[in-house]
Amino acid sequence: MGDIAVETEFGGRAGAHVEEPAGFVRRYIFSTDHKVIGIQYILTGLFMAVVGSLLAVLIRLQLGWPIHRWPLLGRLLPGGIVDGVITPEFYLALVTMHGTIMVFFFISYVLVSGFGNYLIPLQVGARDMAYPFLNMLSYWVALLSALVMLASFFVTGGAAAAGWTSYPPLSAVSSAVPGSAWGQTFWLLAMALFIASMTMGGLNYVATIFSLRARGMTMMRMPLTVWSYFIAAIMALLAFPPLTAAAVMLLFDRHFGTSFFLPSGMVVAGQLLPHQGGSPLLWQHLFWFLGHPEVYVLILPALGIACDLLPVFTRKPLFGYRIQVYCLMAVGVLGMVVWGHHMFVSGMSPFSGEYFSVATLLITLPMAIFGVNMMASLWGGKLQLSTPMLFTLGVIAFFGTGGFGGLFLGNATADMQLHDTYFVVGHFHFMIGGVTLLGTFAAIYFWFPKMFGRSMSEFLGKVHFWLTFIPFFTVFFMQHFLGLQGMPRRYYAFTTYEFLEQTQGQNVIISVAALILMAGQLVFLANFGWSLVRGRRAETNPWGAATLEWTVGSPPPHGNFGHVLPVVHRWPYEYSLERAAADYTPQTVSPQEAPVTA
Amino acid sequence: MSPRLPSSKPTVEALLIGFLFLATGLFGVAYGARTWLPPLASRHGAGIDAMLTYLLVTVGVLFLVGHITLGFLIWRAAGQQRVTHRLATRKAEWILSAALGLLVVSIGEAGVLAIGIPVWNEYFGASPPGDAVLIEVTGAQFVWNVRYPGEDGAFGRTAPRLIDDTSNPIGIDRTDPAAADDVTLQNEIAVPVNRPVRLRLRSKDMIHSFFLPHLRVKQDAIPGMTPEIVFVPTREGTFEIACAELCGLGHYRMQGLLHVLSENDFRLWLQQQR
Repeated sequence: MGDIAVETEFGGRAGAHVEEPAGFVRRYIFSTDHKVIGIQYILTGLFMAVVGSLLAVLIRLQLGWPIHRWPLLGRLLPGGIVDGVITPEFYLALVTMHGTIMVFFFISYVLVSGFGNYLIPLQVGARDMAYPFLNMLSYWVALLSALVMLASFFVTGGAAAAGWTSYPPLSAVSSAVPGSAWGQTFWLLAMALFIASMTMGGLNYVATIFSLRARGMTMMRMPLTVWSYFIAAIMALLAFPPLTAAAVMLLFDRHFGTSFFLPSGMVVAGQLLPHQGGSPLLWQHLFWFLGHPEVYVLILPALGIACDLLPVFTRKPLFGYRIQVYCLMAVGVLGMVVWGHHMFVSGMSPFSGEYFSVATLLITLPMAIFGVNMMASLWGGKLQLSTPMLFTLGVIAFFGTGGFGGLFLGNATADMQLHDTYFVVGHFHFMIGGVTLLGTFAAIYFWFPKMFGRSMSEFLGKVHFWLTFIPFFTVFFMQHFLGLQGMPRRYYAFTTYEFLEQTQGQNVIISVAALILMAGQLVFLANFGWSLVRGRRAETNPWGAATLEWTVGSPPPHGNFGHVLPVVHRWPYEYSLERAAADYTPQTVSPQEAPVTA
Repeated sequence: MSPRLPSSKPTVEALLIGFLFLATGLFGVAYGARTWLPPLASRHGAGIDAMLTYLLVTVGVLFLVGHITLGFLIWRAAGQQRVTHRLATRKAEWILSAALGLLVVSIGEAGVLAIGIPVWNEYFGASPPGDAVLIEVTGAQFVWNVRYPGEDGAFGRTAPRLIDDTSNPIGIDRTDPAAADDVTLQNEIAVPVNRPVRLRLRSKDMIHSFFLPHLRVKQDAIPGMTPEIVFVPTREGTFEIACAELCGLGHYRMQGLLHVLSENDFRLWLQQQR
């Protein structure tokens, strides 16, 4: 009854919506079509990724060869590289902006907003998002946010330099570090805009998944990609607003004399500050209340996508679909209540430390099950090692490796030695860096034919995979061991400490591997650009996949499904049915035509 | 099926890819097998090292077995001409999930509960023994200001308004009689070996983190708070102090030295500082 009402109401509205808007601007620029918005997000995010990667190159040049001069780079970036030497203030801005851009403006935009927008309506059988205008607004606010963040490089003092976590007082007192002059203000404004945009997007995801599913698309017939976006969007809606509040509070501390995060008696650069009564720890709680769920907001879609690609390239159903859904839910709940594991040595009560330790390691249960089920999905399958599948296998390997590092860091006792060392840097690069990066690439190679009607080169894709997987693993696996040796993060150089002398050679290896990794991404950009223009034309369903987006043209028409919305009869993993026409059975095939197994 | 899909014959490529995933695990464990930690020099640090060793061994095994399994599954599945195992039963799914999930979570939680929390309690829970050496360390951009209370065992009052970076870096109130015998230094701490050290951490500007890699000590120093830590150095020698929380441009060179001396040498050293 409810389903029919929704369909009628939507069908009526969508009737008009099927007509494509005329004019270039309404179609491709200020578009309310979720597919256009998704692609806009993806292209914006890829641009930001290029910026973020170039910052990483400079970081690795400095850490690999701390006393070398780079006169040529100095000519390119005279503000940050003086006489060929990267200055400490520029280095801190590099570290801060690399983290911020990669987490919030690359992975969030491409994987969460980009593919989320593109895939959710197509995979649940809707014509568009529940609120198309809000969706468009979300993109334009996101673009504004990215521009404000980029602009911060050009203001007095340069970009923010207090780390991507922006702990006050460093981020609150303008004389504390050059980046805290105007760069930090821009950073906070950009973050507030980013969260506003993510909130609009998240509302759309939840509303669309709840109310616009096609007939027969029950929750338990949704692809795990949609499930992961659903859980991620709920987490984002609950966890992000506190940081908006915190950002506004910090802006007030910076410019209007309030003292939310600043206690009395602080003396900076010889000046006694007038603040009193605040607590720097409050920011850490508010930041990590967003920051930790954010990790799951980014990583869950990568895992969901990996789960959806496994059946396509093994030609058999996913192992443990229902269990995977329950695991996502469990992670969604537990992920909200473990933020304190970032603060074990912060001066927070040691009793909280014990709680956060036990709770954090509980997440191991759903996450280990999730990983095991992904691996079990390979068993008995007919594996096809296409490019998207290679990246999916990479996701499994990185998820395991990064997850095991989490067993160290979630443990307060072990964290006492490892906190704020390169162990942490290695760990989170495997998780929110590696799993999400490989998941993003898997998604791009897999859905590129659907999005642009052309296929990417398989050969270049495989070259790209190996030039990503091996150097990435080398860089960040080795960093774990730098951390065990006690190497602290956010250091401009490691030359002054005797106990770190032995790490110099390792840092050179890591830098070389990082440069190979970056060079490997050129293969991807070339493949992406070339395929966009010259790629082989793609048919409707080049991979033989069973989900709804593969039942419509490549690229799908405006309104996605023509005049009749699809009706769903089965789960999304119906492969290699015995009495079926092909080795895949789309979700729209009725039980009369082929048996339903779930 | 679409003819463009890659073939599923057992090719050299499949073997290679299976092997590379397997080799990732082998390489990882072989690389990680040596001792990386700075040589230990504190009592509670033995507990932290035990915790880390436990994790390195158990997680190392999981990592190795996981990658070998993944490599094997890839090699095996890439060689199949057809799907041999389509859909597992619900029961099989639950059994495998529960068994392996519980195995991993119990390795993690057992570490915390059996090894981790006792060490955590030893470090934070114990009240400082009477013979502990009391020291105050005040972090500042980019100096560790060190203060000993002197004979009277009490620190003199401090006031932020008295702070002068050259003459009075932590703002000691000289009118307070308890301040008269306070000993102040910068970037250097001396402590006697095998006696508890009670360290009171303060900061006058940013958040710093007092990090002694060899003694497995790390604690943030935060403006407005005065956390205390207790540790027992067990080896004579000089150990480096690093800052482990980003505090500004000079964060990377906010270096100090901890001298662990014999009881006698410590007494002499402290007298020389007066």
